[in-house]
Amino acid sequence: MGIDITKKKRRIALGCEGSANKLGIGVILHEGDLTTPTSTVLSNVRHTFVSPPGTGFLPKDTAHHHRSFFVRTAKQALSDANITLAEIDCISYTRGPGMGAPLTSVAIAARTLALLWDKPLVGVNHCVGHIEMGRAITGADHPVVLYVSGGNTQVIAYAEQRYRIFGETLDIAVGNCLDRFARALAISNDPAPGYNIEQLAKHGGRVLLDLPYAVKGMDCSFSGILTRAEELAAQMKAGGGKGPDGEPFTGADLCFSLQETVFAMLVEITERAMAHVGSNQVLIVGGVGCNERLQEMMGLMAADRGGSVYATDERFCIDNGIMIAHAGLLAYETGFRTPIEESTCTQRFRTDEVLVKWRK
Amino acid sequence: MAVADAQFPPPKVLTYPASAPPSLITQGAEGRLYKTTHLVPGRPCALKYRPPKPYRHPTLDARLTKARISSEAKVLERCWREGVPVPAVYAMDPAAGWMMMEWIEGIPVRVGINEWLGERPEDGAEISSSSQETDQTPLVDLMKRIGTAIGALHKTGVVHGDLTTSNMMLRPTRGGQVDGCAGDEDKARVVEGDVVLIDFGLATQSMADEDRAVDLYVLERAFASTHPRAEKLFAAVLQSYKETFKKAPSVLIKLEDVRMRGRKRSMLG
Repeated sequence: MGIDITKKKRRIALGCEGSANKLGIGVILHEGDLTTPTSTVLSNVRHTFVSPPGTGFLPKDTAHHHRSFFVRTAKQALSDANITLAEIDCISYTRGPGMGAPLTSVAIAARTLALLWDKPLVGVNHCVGHIEMGRAITGADHPVVLYVSGGNTQVIAYAEQRYRIFGETLDIAVGNCLDRFARALAISNDPAPGYNIEQLAKHGGRVLLDLPYAVKGMDCSFSGILTRAEELAAQMKAGGGKGPDGEPFTGADLCFSLQETVFAMLVEITERAMAHVGSNQVLIVGGVGCNERLQEMMGLMAADRGGSVYATDERFCIDNGIMIAHAGLLAYETGFRTPIEESTCTQRFRTDEVLVKWRK
Repeated sequence: MAVADAQFPPPKVLTYPASAPPSLITQGAEGRLYKTTHLVPGRPCALKYRPPKPYRHPTLDARLTKARISSEAKVLERCWREGVPVPAVYAMDPAAGWMMMEWIEGIPVRVGINEWLGERPEDGAEISSSSQETDQTPLVDLMKRIGTAIGALHKTGVVHGDLTTSNMMLRPTRGGQVDGCAGDEDKARVVEGDVVLIDFGLATQSMADEDRAVDLYVLERAFASTHPRAEKLFAAVLQSYKETFKKAPSVLIKLEDVRMRGRKRSMLG
């Protein structure tokens, strides 16, 4: 390992992600000097564990899925990237946050690759992975970041080498609220419950059903909304649910109302953070960030403030290996390493714990 | 803010012929604050307007705007009735999203403290109540008045939700000068006056120790980041809070907890 990474013109990392129900392996290439590298996605392979409608993904089953698919996913990522093993500079993996058992499975697999191929290992914070990938893809320079997924809901802005959390959920994540609501209506989990809610909501909207709206400063809460939405779903199934206009409402109306309410909350806390830090750029990352209605609402708010919204599509919004490869390589280029004996993973790993050495 | 101002039409109430043309004072994420007059030219007032949010469903927008204006007015009314130093509510139209309040003369507490500190560079980097006790008396007095105001607020069952030194005004005392030692008089004036609490946009009615403790914690954090040199004087705020408010001891115990965990927990959704 005598090569000085800072002098290398081509740097390549393989990233392994498995903090929730997606197993993702990707290969990224950084070219040019370290201050202004260009990033190229060489491969980005994902395999998702889909549970039957009405159920969620359990840690045990998800971990089993990741173990079963790791080898073929990794092989696919390598062949798509069309590189030799010698070209890889480091192996990145998700240290956390996420579900314990799936994290452990992928960490063990990443460690195995590192030993097998004699490559250094880099542990990556999953949230920082999302943020860095979003910045690289959209070119957003100094945005306020809304990170929304099945496990996380945070409003983040960068200051002094940390991604600081300005606001967050006080209970469950917004994606968790949507996923669990999908179970109440037995909406399919394929490709994702949130996607199916979004499609269903397009057929709703005759009425806006009254749901709790819980914003506290820059924080918000979703558990009360979920409870109320589940109650309304049960009423509907029993045939007794009536909207504000006295007419029965449909599952589509429920999906529509839920989206309008929770997204309005997210946009509101993001706007407050933007006013607080004086930024007019906003970047949306995380699985819920694929939702086009959320992107549209955020765009209206940003336009109102004379700014713009940056968002990516499902390839980068939804958990993937490439973001772990990218963030891992950024850290690796500053000299960061995770020694094999410290290559643990953790369910709790806050975004602001990471020292962001690669930014000024 | 000229561009943003041109983009938004002013609320209808401001398009009526008035003796004082309304002027935009500040624009936050939530709403805009104008200065104008109420009924007679000699009665200045603050007008708070929450414009509709284009991203929000109209039904939800109307519901939120109405609820927020009413709740803010209700909280102010309750405080005012109980003698907490807050602006009086003059008029409101929750459905239209506006509320008129008493105009508070004076400067924000933040400005007063910074001017006081700025005028005393010779005092060194940090100020503590013990070292220059006589010198810092006017500032310590201000801290005590802040504590008293918050104590009175919490006693009425209201928590502010966004306590900072920007959300408190220093209103010049009516009747003018009390005693004051010559020479220091001008300097002392920047931290003189009655403390009036403003901007109740995030206020809620609550009697819970937890909520009250968070209120104090938010102020403590804001104070430390806005006035790092005077951080040690914050103890005087808590001291007078304790003297004003009978239930303060249990709130201060809770404050220890809140400090320990920070506002942020280690989380997994």
